[in-house]
Amino acid sequence: MVKVLPFEEPIIQLKTKIEELKEYTANADVDMSVEIVNLEARLEKLEQEVYENMEPWDRVQVARHPSRPTTRDYIQLLCTDFIELHGDRLYGDDAAIIGGIALFEGKPITIIGHQRGLDTKENIKRNFGMPHPEGYRKALRLMKQAEKFNRPIICMIDTKGAYPGKAAEERGQSEAIARNLVEMAGLKVPVISVVIGEGGSGGALALGVANHIHMLENSTYSVISPEGAASILWKDAALAKEAAEAMKITAPDLKKMGIIDTVITEVHGGAHKNIEAQAMYMKETLLTSLKELSELTPDELVENRYSKFKNIGEFNE
Amino acid sequence: MSIRDIFRKNQKKKYATIPTEKAKNDVPEGIMVKCPECRKNVFTKDLMKNFKVCPTCDHHMKMTAWERVDTFLDEDSFESMDDHLETVNPLNFPSYTEKIKADSQKSGLNEAVLTGLGKLDGQQVALAIMDSHFRMGSMGSVVGEKITRAVEKATELGIPFIIFTASGGARMQEGVLSLMQMAKTSVALRRHSDHGLLYISILTHPTTGGVSASFASVGDINIAEPKALIGFAGRRVIEQTVREKLPEDFQTAEFLLNHGQLDAIIHRKEMREKVASIVHLHTTKEVTKW
Repeated sequence: MVKVLPFEEPIIQLKTKIEELKEYTANADVDMSVEIVNLEARLEKLEQEVYENMEPWDRVQVARHPSRPTTRDYIQLLCTDFIELHGDRLYGDDAAIIGGIALFEGKPITIIGHQRGLDTKENIKRNFGMPHPEGYRKALRLMKQAEKFNRPIICMIDTKGAYPGKAAEERGQSEAIARNLVEMAGLKVPVISVVIGEGGSGGALALGVANHIHMLENSTYSVISPEGAASILWKDAALAKEAAEAMKITAPDLKKMGIIDTVITEVHGGAHKNIEAQAMYMKETLLTSLKELSELTPDELVENRYSKFKNIGEFNE
Repeated sequence: MSIRDIFRKNQKKKYATIPTEKAKNDVPEGIMVKCPECRKNVFTKDLMKNFKVCPTCDHHMKMTAWERVDTFLDEDSFESMDDHLETVNPLNFPSYTEKIKADSQKSGLNEAVLTGLGKLDGQQVALAIMDSHFRMGSMGSVVGEKITRAVEKATELGIPFIIFTASGGARMQEGVLSLMQMAKTSVALRRHSDHGLLYISILTHPTTGGVSASFASVGDINIAEPKALIGFAGRRVIEQTVREKLPEDFQTAEFLLNHGQLDAIIHRKEMREKVASIVHLHTTKEVTKW
């Protein structure tokens, strides 16, 4: 049973009703087909209303949906010949980030992304998609490898944040993230980042210093989770809904602020409703990006990234 | 004569029996092989068909360099290089020359590594295969030189370099000359890398000491065979130094994968196909237009 989100409830109720009527028509002599057609029309309208007027908090719910497609799903649907590469060559292999080489449209790319688990067991292995320093160092190693072999890099961002733990601190969580930011700035190949779920703070940004940044319509990208913000600002985590609105964390908001390049349309109700279709939407955006970026020389790519981030920030002078 | 003498067990043997290798194996040599891991006997013919992997316990047995060539490359595509190089005895180590000669005759190799050019699924590669049957695959001047020349050939031709490592480390009998082979192979690999070329290191059982501390560990892609022993210092040395018991899986390929040192562990039966696929992913790089 797929988890139903609060804002979708009217739709689900109507759908159940239609199913009931259909069953009734099939089993009894009474013909309800006119009513069914009417209800279906209403359903369509309702779906449009609900899904096209999603509140920020609704989007947060969709972004966190347990069945929301993960990096691995997109790799499987978008790429062929994927070979996963492990390890940072320094300390360990962090399962919260996966990465490797694959063919995208028949051409080699390096693809890296946060990976959470599908169930509790896998989530423990993957630390709920919250990386330790070795995860970021693996990502950087794979990016450097991509640079050597002149492959574009695609990063999928989907994390609540870098893991806040003792071991992570001991091994230099801050350094690992900081190093990625600096090194990504200098990569001489195209870098494209896509926020596919939650983009949680520095843990997300460490895969996000890209030439193009895209976001799925119902994904979020922020400096802190709405709960965290609410407890810091108003000392009450229960005000997360308000914080989600105030902080402008949804894809449409970030697009308006000029931080991201594209909002990738999601299938109605969220990517989990039709993963294949969603992957196709993403493919189009990625191809457009790759075409555009492949026109640039290595130095222009670096310059492009520099000016992109140089221009973010608002102030008076 | 006492009563003890009646029992034959107590009688002193008049001669000693030295069990031959044949007797130890219990079967005539060549027909069957005993798996060193699970002790089950396997028909040699079946074992060879199974890439020298034990059908019972999946133990990857040691392969000779030529067996690797046969199972890894396209048929008849391999041309060996530098078979004429000869090992000398620079430190005048007693009986070193004789030992090299004996191993050379036994293995049909001039040294502990076989190098050359070949095709992997139609793609040209330079290959080096270390053979642990030759002085434990240890690296002296000739091993270092052969590997370096193979790397240089790969750089010259602009093709990937692939190595199968199997080595106890640097060769003691050549002293510091062996140590310097670590540096020599590394400078050649650096140049190969600077040309944007692919280097795949495939670590097989065992890869230790100076070999693991040089070229074996610096592949663009590091792969190992399952359960292969890979490490720097020997287990006993470490246990004696730190005075604590080491974990069971210490220095196995699986241990290394968990500790970030390997990209992947690949079963021998899938090695050819997977490595070919990696090479393929790196040879289409000229296509940069999307």
